[in-house]
Amino acid sequence: MITLTDQAFAPGEVLTAFCAGRDETGAVASFIGLARAEKGAALALELEAYPGFTDAAISQFAEMAKLRFALQDYRIIHRTGRIAPGEAIVFVATAAGHRRAAFEACDFLMDYLKSRAPFWKKEHGPDGERWIEPTARDRTDAQRWD
Amino acid sequence: MARVLLFGRLADQAGWRERIVEASSLAALRDLLEIEDAALGEALAGPGVQVAVDKVIVRGEAFLAAGAEVAFLPPMSGG
Repeated sequence: MITLTDQAFAPGEVLTAFCAGRDETGAVASFIGLARAEKGAALALELEAYPGFTDAAISQFAEMAKLRFALQDYRIIHRTGRIAPGEAIVFVATAAGHRRAAFEACDFLMDYLKSRAPFWKKEHGPDGERWIEPTARDRTDAQRWD
Repeated sequence: MARVLLFGRLADQAGWRERIVEASSLAALRDLLEIEDAALGEALAGPGVQVAVDKVIVRGEAFLAAGAEVAFLPPMSGG
């Protein structure tokens, strides 16, 4: 399941709910990305999505990941709008029979979300605002899986 | 009539994010926008800018049905 939201969310509660009632899941892996303050250089992050397009693209990729790693289930939450330092930007959890698949699928989904998912990101700093493109590191991380 | 959506830096540059434009093809739509704002017209045709019609990426020319939604998508940054 995928959710885009412009509201702050509590990752722990999402993880608890995701783990509930699983008696055939041996492993749940999760990742939470938080907005960095960059020592005062980043006052806020602003993420723009295209509702109906962004969630469809993520869903298509996640279903492919589910097949590739034989996942039982996954949960993705991605913030949009203005995000303050310390707030969760992204939450990914994967459920599988065994830990290796859960870990790898979580890593795989994050590399996609960080580099290829259809978002537009703007950083608000003390000197104004700027649009951000994926870093070379984000791209090489994503290429590990090609 | 098409509903035109701009995202990211394109919306900042144009000063609008959404508007209705009378056009029955993508080429006609681009021409109308360019006549009004030449810099925007150039940016919409710039490198890495993709176009989605009714939330599906199209390449080249496209017919626009009544009420079509046309989105101009600058290079995506990831989340």
